[in-house]
Amino acid sequence: MSSLGPTTGIKYGMVIDLDKCTGCGTCSVACLTENNVYVLEDESDKVRSITWLRVYRINNGQPYPQTKVAYIPRPCMQCDNHPPCVSVCPPTATTKDEIGGIVSQIPTRCIGCRYCVAACPYHVRYFNWFDQVWPEGMEQALSPDVSCRMRGVVEKCTFCYHRLNQAKNRAYMEGRREIQEHEYIPACVEACPTKAITFGDLLNPDHRVSKLAKSPHAFRLLESLGTEPKVYYLTTQEWIRRQSDNYLQKQGLKT
Amino acid sequence: MDRKEIGEVVNEIKFVVDRWRKRPGSFAIDSSLMPEGVERCGLAKFSGWMLFCIALCAWGLVSAFLCLWLGLNQTGMNDYFPFGLWIVFDLAVIALGAGAFFTGFLTYILRKHELKAIINCAVIVGFICYSGAILMLGVDIGQPIRGWFGFWHANVHSMLTEVMFCITTYLIVLTIEYVPLIFENRKLDRIPELHLFGHNLHSIMIVFAGVGTFLSFFHQGSLGGMYGVLYARPFAYRTGFMIWPWTFFLFVFSAIASGPAFTALITYITQKVSGKQLVNRSVLSLMGKIAGGLLAAYMVVKIADTIYWATVTAPSMGQSLWDFYRDGPYGIWLMVAELGIFGIVPAVILLIPKARENDAWLISACAMNCIGIVLNRFVFVVQAMAIPVLPFEKFLGYLPTWQEWGISFGMVGYGLIVFSLSYRYLPVFPQENDLNYAQGGPR
Repeated sequence: MSSLGPTTGIKYGMVIDLDKCTGCGTCSVACLTENNVYVLEDESDKVRSITWLRVYRINNGQPYPQTKVAYIPRPCMQCDNHPPCVSVCPPTATTKDEIGGIVSQIPTRCIGCRYCVAACPYHVRYFNWFDQVWPEGMEQALSPDVSCRMRGVVEKCTFCYHRLNQAKNRAYMEGRREIQEHEYIPACVEACPTKAITFGDLLNPDHRVSKLAKSPHAFRLLESLGTEPKVYYLTTQEWIRRQSDNYLQKQGLKT
Repeated sequence: MDRKEIGEVVNEIKFVVDRWRKRPGSFAIDSSLMPEGVERCGLAKFSGWMLFCIALCAWGLVSAFLCLWLGLNQTGMNDYFPFGLWIVFDLAVIALGAGAFFTGFLTYILRKHELKAIINCAVIVGFICYSGAILMLGVDIGQPIRGWFGFWHANVHSMLTEVMFCITTYLIVLTIEYVPLIFENRKLDRIPELHLFGHNLHSIMIVFAGVGTFLSFFHQGSLGGMYGVLYARPFAYRTGFMIWPWTFFLFVFSAIASGPAFTALITYITQKVSGKQLVNRSVLSLMGKIAGGLLAAYMVVKIADTIYWATVTAPSMGQSLWDFYRDGPYGIWLMVAELGIFGIVPAVILLIPKARENDAWLISACAMNCIGIVLNRFVFVVQAMAIPVLPFEKFLGYLPTWQEWGISFGMVGYGLIVFSLSYRYLPVFPQENDLNYAQGGPR
């Protein structure tokens, strides 16, 4: 079931501390491995690469020695309220879950019209331009928990939805309904060597992520559009914040 | 064969020989398939022309095969340009094919009977445009076999769902409007069942014209709505009336402004190629006047919408007009071209009665009208995708591959074949006989 409105109850979200991110890319690689993301034969053309979590590199535009560089890991923003991609999909192959608010993708229902790819301003959605042909032997390294996609469908970061299902199954087997903060962690969060990424229930005051999201240093990408992303970023550096959104000079950045 | 049938065959031979004697240049072996009393070029020449069209179709088929076999990596599209040449083509031909429903509306609902001279042509052009667009979409989507999911698992919130429903339904309407014309072929008309069927469909054509108008209004609009609802893409997004963004109404408006112009253009080209007058000159002027009036009105609302979007909507999303043009291959000249050179100029020309009476002015203005609408579709499909929303993303460009051009030209070839066959063997232009052979010649 999808809910075109703000998520209530449980709302899974992420906070990424950009002051801790070194740009190593481990999160991106962990995601590719966990989710059986296909690697193209020719990866030189990045406009067709599938990177559910893409690490952007930005700088402050100043010459040496004032140059500053930052890295922005960008998973799917898992927009809340009314994700731009969900309302445009003709066969309802993408939907926002009522419980948890994760924007899920049904690869077997996707007809590949790419309307959602056009709608997303963050470019988190990737279309399979090629057939997924895994080199011999490499298919043995695939994770059995995530289905491989086929040519002609769109895929994107799912907050490692399969891990949520596994955590819920485990909890059920142990006779409880609630899962604890540490039981459901996406692969990127787990892999980050500096622990820059925090994940959990944004509406649960006990979860670290809900406290961090309320920090004065927290911001989201393209806030003024009203997409209500569930991925927050933390930084004390103003110049990074200035590149998170569009604003007119006279208006200034919305804080 | 009995006496009666032998008599018929003899009459046929007499007819053909008589024709050949009276007008030697018009002899064609397949004359008996042609409408009564018309002249067409020789079959050899026509076959040569068909070969050229078939070559275009072959290019299209090879391209389609490659895309279906190897995947959409055969195109120039990528994750930053999910829509490319094909979608521009689709939107453009659907807008230009709007002549079918609008002429039908004017002829049958508003009872402008003088347009009966051109309604058949408009219907054929519409049929070609819509069937071609659907064929193209069959290759464009990543999983064509799953295309029916849009109907089975329909998402009521999506504009594209509405487009799918209406376009397929309207193609059925167009087929119903085209079939009686096919049954008017001299040979087919002899079969009583087909004659009756065609005749009965004719008598209730007003129902189909009404249904066609209703469906067309919605899908022309929804195609515009598709871009106007993208609230996270400031270049495309528009506010609107309830759930319908202003682009919904703008696309309907531009479609009915360019549809009649396109039909007039096709008629004029057919006249030039065949060397005959096929409709009263006043019909072409009337189509020009309708197109001109609608284009002028459209330009007023379009410019108003552009100003409002540039000064209110986009700034509310943190972007000024120049943010969209500060970099990248798609410059402000596109807006000048779309609104000025191919917008206001043809509207003004078509509104001047003396200009409409002059072939060169009328046809140039019609062509410019159509080009303006194609530019409008290009701007929303390709330029919108080129413009980054995230401040640290780049402006990008897009170039179609030969496979994409192949399918586009293949569709043109398909259209040329359908139209040429229709013109040769079907009574497309009811005024043709009166305008050309009134002095004599067999009937």
